[in-house]
Amino acid sequence: MKIRIKFRKYGIMKFIGHLDLMRYFQKAMRRADIDICYSSGFSPHMIMSFASPLGVGLTSDGEYLDIEIGNELSSQAAVQRLNAVMTEGVEVLSFRRIPEDKASNAMSLVAAADYEVRFRDPSILPENPEKLWEAFLGQAAVTVVKKTKKGERELDLKPLIYQAEWRRDEDGAPCVFLRLSSGSADNVKPELVLEAFAAYAGFALPEFALLIHRKDLYAAAGAAKEPRFVSLEDLGEEF
Amino acid sequence: MKKLALNDEILLRIDKPARYLGNEINAVMKDPEKVDVRFCMCFPDVYEIGMSHLGIQILYDMFNQREDVWCERVYSPWTDLDRIMREQNIPLFALESQDPVRNFDFLGITLQYEMCYTNILQVLDLSGIPLNAVERTWEDPIVIGGGPCAVNPEPLAEFFDLFYIGEGETSYFALIDAYKEVRRKNGSRQEFLERAAEIPGIYVPSFYEISYHEDGTIASMEPVNPHAPRKVEKQVVTDLTHTYYPQKPLVPFIKVTQDRVVLEIQRGCIRGCRFCQAGMLYRPTRERSLEMLEDAALKMLESTGHEEISLSSLSSSDYSRLQELVTFLIDTFGNKGVNISLPSLRIDAFSLDVMSKVQDVRKSSLTFAPEAGSQRLRDVINKGLTEEVILEGAGQAFEGGWNKVKLYFMLGLPTETEEDQKGIAHLAEKIARRYYEIPKDQRNGKCQITVSTSFFVPKPFTPFQWARMCTREEFLEKAHTVNMEIKEQLNRKSIKYNWHEADVTVLEGIFARGDRKVSRALRLAYEKGCLFDSWSEHFHNELWLEAFQEAGIDPSFYTTRHRGTDEVFPWDFIDIGVTKKFLLKEWERAHEETVTPNCLAQCQGCGAARYHTGVCPGSGSRSQKQDCAAPNAQKVKEGGNEA
Repeated sequence: MKIRIKFRKYGIMKFIGHLDLMRYFQKAMRRADIDICYSSGFSPHMIMSFASPLGVGLTSDGEYLDIEIGNELSSQAAVQRLNAVMTEGVEVLSFRRIPEDKASNAMSLVAAADYEVRFRDPSILPENPEKLWEAFLGQAAVTVVKKTKKGERELDLKPLIYQAEWRRDEDGAPCVFLRLSSGSADNVKPELVLEAFAAYAGFALPEFALLIHRKDLYAAAGAAKEPRFVSLEDLGEEF
Repeated sequence: MKKLALNDEILLRIDKPARYLGNEINAVMKDPEKVDVRFCMCFPDVYEIGMSHLGIQILYDMFNQREDVWCERVYSPWTDLDRIMREQNIPLFALESQDPVRNFDFLGITLQYEMCYTNILQVLDLSGIPLNAVERTWEDPIVIGGGPCAVNPEPLAEFFDLFYIGEGETSYFALIDAYKEVRRKNGSRQEFLERAAEIPGIYVPSFYEISYHEDGTIASMEPVNPHAPRKVEKQVVTDLTHTYYPQKPLVPFIKVTQDRVVLEIQRGCIRGCRFCQAGMLYRPTRERSLEMLEDAALKMLESTGHEEISLSSLSSSDYSRLQELVTFLIDTFGNKGVNISLPSLRIDAFSLDVMSKVQDVRKSSLTFAPEAGSQRLRDVINKGLTEEVILEGAGQAFEGGWNKVKLYFMLGLPTETEEDQKGIAHLAEKIARRYYEIPKDQRNGKCQITVSTSFFVPKPFTPFQWARMCTREEFLEKAHTVNMEIKEQLNRKSIKYNWHEADVTVLEGIFARGDRKVSRALRLAYEKGCLFDSWSEHFHNELWLEAFQEAGIDPSFYTTRHRGTDEVFPWDFIDIGVTKKFLLKEWERAHEETVTPNCLAQCQGCGAARYHTGVCPGSGSRSQKQDCAAPNAQKVKEGGNEA
């Protein structure tokens, strides 16, 4: 049975990188005694894949990993068992059955991601950032230079920014909401958008200036022209 | 949410921030207001090394079982964070509470190898604790050292308030109780040290005075405080089955050297190799019961979720119930995705059968540790392994599909000649030939024989404690001889040769048999920037040479000097159970090239029998088993070798 696990990563666990988080979940599966399936071969490994690596320093309310299990245990019991062996900084939110077909794999489905971006020190922002933000987004194209393994290439971010709003959180601090193209094809990191904005608005964005929080990951649904996004969690069902 | 001693900017800038977060699975959190004693346990090397150490896991668990004690951990900050902490004046902190180490009641530092000594000064320095013990007040923790290097604590004497000699499970609680009492009565630090000096196994260096002969050797070492004993006795756990063993070991987030459950099946070794310090220090050899080990294995795998379990001991093949234990592990965990690693096994039909079940024969290698290249020299060092046994074991392994062999030797052993050195190459060649005796269609490509040599360092409390150590040039000349001889062999293309660095070995030799005088050079070297000396990229020999010169110390006094049999050694005030008389007899037998039988075959009266436990006659805890008495110590080492 194929399972999708949704979890949240917060607090000091943001310093634990993706590879170490994979190891963490492998050990957690054993501690929780989840009847996870292994690959065949001389050195079998757990069948487990993550939807999208989260960079060091980022927190998230919507991370996903897919596994395969042998026995039937209820969603509720599994969430309880896993949370009983978690450390502070990782919380399992759901444990759902997903369709058996290969196309349902989280990693290949990821099409978009929601982010909240805050500023460690909001005083670096120019006056009236909202206005500048609107003007920035109103450009015909948002051209950035993206560094890839092969070198640098120019990229227009505009069609890859599905939503972008300059918001304020409860205590009035600026908090940018972004829904960005994500996944293997056109992956846009939120810092790329904010760096483009800083360049446009003419302020400096020092190292570690951004506090980035991922809200959720989505699969694409609907026609290519009018994409609709479905949370990866909603593709599974409780059992 | 947990507070951190380091801010985000620092943690995001440094390598592997997880080294400094704590919060690992099975880390113990307590309310500092509800404990009386806060103990910070330190392994003075980087996190990945320190977290792999079983001893700290045992003591961490033991201390934290007490409600009135909270034991936490600290490791050496890596050079990137070290720099930032100095620039920003950030005090060194313990991982669990993230509180400054200086606020603790105790700082316990494990001394596993000499090359971590500058890191001890780093830990004290970054904590803001005066390096010199006599300058400390109640504003500072009691700094206590333990572990194998504590059997010659003198090079570190001025930096420590106390040393614990022997195995930690026995006397620590008495020390904690004495501390609580003295603090409750508002007693002085001196008062506590006096109480501590009366606890078995505790050495208070400031209570002793040493006088020297004109030639620099020790004339006498006298206690100058009435509470200090003339001899400090090594502490030994008499029942290894009914004692502390962690059921919930810590599970780090980042990959550490020993990323697995470690099951210490026994302590000590019956073999009596004359160069081996552990073989003398951990006498008598004591086993844990099969039932205890099975139970511990189950509980530890369950609580950690580790995917591997490894047996740990100096010579696993000598454990009397090894077959049953290994069978249990394979039957219980073999189909659950848990790997089983079996270090230091003698290669025979049983071990090859077991290994073929638990590892991929094509990928794994066999390890032999003949230690010396000729039978004559193996007799000198009392390594009872013979060439026939090695070739027989290798042959069986080759026929079982293995084609990789690792061979470990030492260069610079007492009485060693050029013939002995060349013997290393010849033995490797014979093993290669044995491989190519297998018909071409039945063997698995070429064989790979890796020969590694380390340079011999004479250690305290071994029969070779009197030995002259070689110079750097002599060492390199020996390695050159081996290298050239290997190149002369027919199967040279199947043999790879690695040798150890000589400079760092010489330094290790100075501190291994050093006295109080060398501490000055240590301090100077640290002040010049020496740190992480066991990491070759951080080892600066020229700074060390400067430090010795400025301290007015001639390193050759500690290394190449000939020591007489009547010399008083800096460590002679410690009683490890094994007598100096026995060691001297073994030193003489080495020169006679006479092999001494192992403890099970025939008791040699080394002195350890006074602990009335383990393998010693009259202890009643183990029957003499003939099948273990065979004098072949052929070894398989797999995975993490004990440092």
